[in-house]
Amino acid sequence: MGLFSATKTRFVDTDILVIGGGFGGCGATYESRYWGRNLKITLVEKANIERSGAVAHGLSAINCYMGMRWGENQPDEFVRYARGDLLGLVREDLIFDIARHVDSTVHKFEEWGLPIMLNPETGRYQREGRWQIMIHGESYKPIIAEAARKSASEVYNRIMVTHLLLDQDRPNRVAGAIGFSVRDGHCYVFRAKAVIVAAGGASHIFRPRSIGEGVGRTWYAPWSSASAYGLVLHAGARMIQMENRIVLARFKDGYGPVGAWFLLLKAYATNAYGVDYEATRIDEIKALVGKYAEITPLPTCLRNHAMLQEIKAGNGPIYMHTQEILDSRAKEEIGWEDFLDMTVGQAVVWASQNIDPKEKPSELITSEPYVMGSHATCSGAWASGPEDCAPDDYQWGYNRMTTVEGLFGAGDTIGGSAHKFSSGSFTEGRIAGKSAVRYVMDMAGNPPRVDETRLRQLREAIFKPLDNYDIGRNEIVAGTVSPSYISPLQGLQRLEKLMDEYVGGISTYYVTNEPMLTRGLELMAMLREDLDHIGAENLHQLQRAWELQHRVWTAEAVLRHTLYRRETRWPGYYYRADYPRLDDTDWHVFTASRYDVQSGDWQMSTLPVHHIVS
Amino acid sequence: MPTFTYMARCDGCGQCVDICPSDIMHIDPVYRRSYNIEPNFCWECYSCVKACPQHAIDVRGYADFAPLGHSVRVLREEAKGTISWKIRYRDGRVKEFTFPIRTTPWGSIKPPDNYDLPDLNALRSPLLAHEPDALMVAALPGLPPSITKPG
Repeated sequence: MGLFSATKTRFVDTDILVIGGGFGGCGATYESRYWGRNLKITLVEKANIERSGAVAHGLSAINCYMGMRWGENQPDEFVRYARGDLLGLVREDLIFDIARHVDSTVHKFEEWGLPIMLNPETGRYQREGRWQIMIHGESYKPIIAEAARKSASEVYNRIMVTHLLLDQDRPNRVAGAIGFSVRDGHCYVFRAKAVIVAAGGASHIFRPRSIGEGVGRTWYAPWSSASAYGLVLHAGARMIQMENRIVLARFKDGYGPVGAWFLLLKAYATNAYGVDYEATRIDEIKALVGKYAEITPLPTCLRNHAMLQEIKAGNGPIYMHTQEILDSRAKEEIGWEDFLDMTVGQAVVWASQNIDPKEKPSELITSEPYVMGSHATCSGAWASGPEDCAPDDYQWGYNRMTTVEGLFGAGDTIGGSAHKFSSGSFTEGRIAGKSAVRYVMDMAGNPPRVDETRLRQLREAIFKPLDNYDIGRNEIVAGTVSPSYISPLQGLQRLEKLMDEYVGGISTYYVTNEPMLTRGLELMAMLREDLDHIGAENLHQLQRAWELQHRVWTAEAVLRHTLYRRETRWPGYYYRADYPRLDDTDWHVFTASRYDVQSGDWQMSTLPVHHIVS
Repeated sequence: MPTFTYMARCDGCGQCVDICPSDIMHIDPVYRRSYNIEPNFCWECYSCVKACPQHAIDVRGYADFAPLGHSVRVLREEAKGTISWKIRYRDGRVKEFTFPIRTTPWGSIKPPDNYDLPDLNALRSPLLAHEPDALMVAALPGLPPSITKPG
């Protein structure tokens, strides 16, 4: 392997392996240690858990908190809210499970030192909206990381996990994971009895609105590279709702959050001419989605839809009228902290464009699409639910285990359970952690084994992009144009353009149809072939190369699910122009897929949506 | 850039390299100081800016939409438990804010294995660590009477 022939393979044996040190992974690590005092628990992260995952930046609110101790909300009410927001299609058992546990998570966060704002009149947590509470969350991630570090036997930072490993004797059972260190370049093989995938969802699979260096300021973190899905679907896990990408209405360019502005500060949005466009467009929304337009609050996608129609009609820009409501220093501080805690880039936009929110309104816009399992969207793996409330066909032994034995998930990995956000993802990690401990104890004396030949093949594949570059670069004088390889960035741009133009990105106003998707699939097949010819100049680019692989594998699932669901379920997220209406007769179901890595076949199917909450 | 490093302040300690979630702060082999190798993968998350002991890293807003002449500077003081911001507008206006970041000493979190060993029969119950006490209600909610578990 040329310059990297000194690469060693390091083996790490562990009982439980947690992949990804964000909120899901930190929760999984904490809970695994609580129940599994004598187990070896290993946390592996591609960055540094002190500041990794979607909350690396910080957060200004916790968006999932019931407040049961004050009688504010009950878990079944939260299920109705999340179900409504996703137009009926969610795993109610999983959402109920998170909602009933999430308060204990938040109370622990407060005990650990997270400053939660209090309402001076009631003494309770300051509500932003019905489900959200306000925090001083700049150090939210470092606090949670401290708890995880004290729980793990070992934390491996800067290891990019590329593949899960399967048992050589029972191919539908997980056996660990393989990857490489972005620092020392060695190959790492983790042999584990149970694996919890808590990696991130996907930014940068659709072309961003910004160009040049501004593409760094995607709404969702650029390091969220779809490993949540890429890892598990390549291991043969069944995936659901991969078409359910999310589009966010946010402050233009900086992508600053709008929740505190709308819900707490009571700012409002209009078109350029001062018209409340959501109100004027409600009848046309009803024509598209029927009864779902009656839901309060109006589902996220439908609010996007109204904004999009307004922009298409030539009534933009859309403005948030911050200047109407910032009438005190206290409110000004809340508004600014909302950005400074979690989206400093938005403060930079205001400073650079001379926008003082006390004086001027700010533009809003809909973002490029993202694929996630934890926000107002629920793509992810099909998972076993809680024994005491999951319908029988949603339950096969261990809570949050995927269809691969011993493979658990949390956060963005698990499909069907929208609106987890930070606290719910940590909670789901706890649920998965406890289940994984039980699984490991039940299987005592029967550890999985990894085939040596398979390890050799994977090791070769992992480092191949370095070889591609080393060999290919001799063919050209200098520069980035080679007939033999493309860089990870060039591959990413091909993916983003393809997804944007054929699968419902910004350039078509999120519209696609069967012929577009079919053509997209043809181009996707060639992109997948070209992934064998990615050239990585160094270890950093090797990380980018594998992030690209995970993004492409995930994007293909998104494309195939979008093709399979013949309706427009979530106008404002995407539109099937050939099936422009919501169709509850045929499509009140989950879409499901299973990828067979040996044959390359995708099996598509539907799974029933059971309503357990009235 | 969006982040960039001031030549005269950086001493090459590598704290920014260690913390960057995107792995884009690297040490320049000639100058032995850090720089942003991939601005188009920088989220302006300020993790490196906050971590730099020399205050050598700053942010210039993304060139495709942020006009020049602004600055957003930060001082994160762990011992005091605060973070302070100074925002300078293109037109010279200045805004300053200070917010709390933590209410307990750093390192004070009680590890999960410092709690009493739970009864392992509880592995089969739906209760998580510290529940039901930490829920601050009498019991973990099960399915309410209005809800039925379908067969």
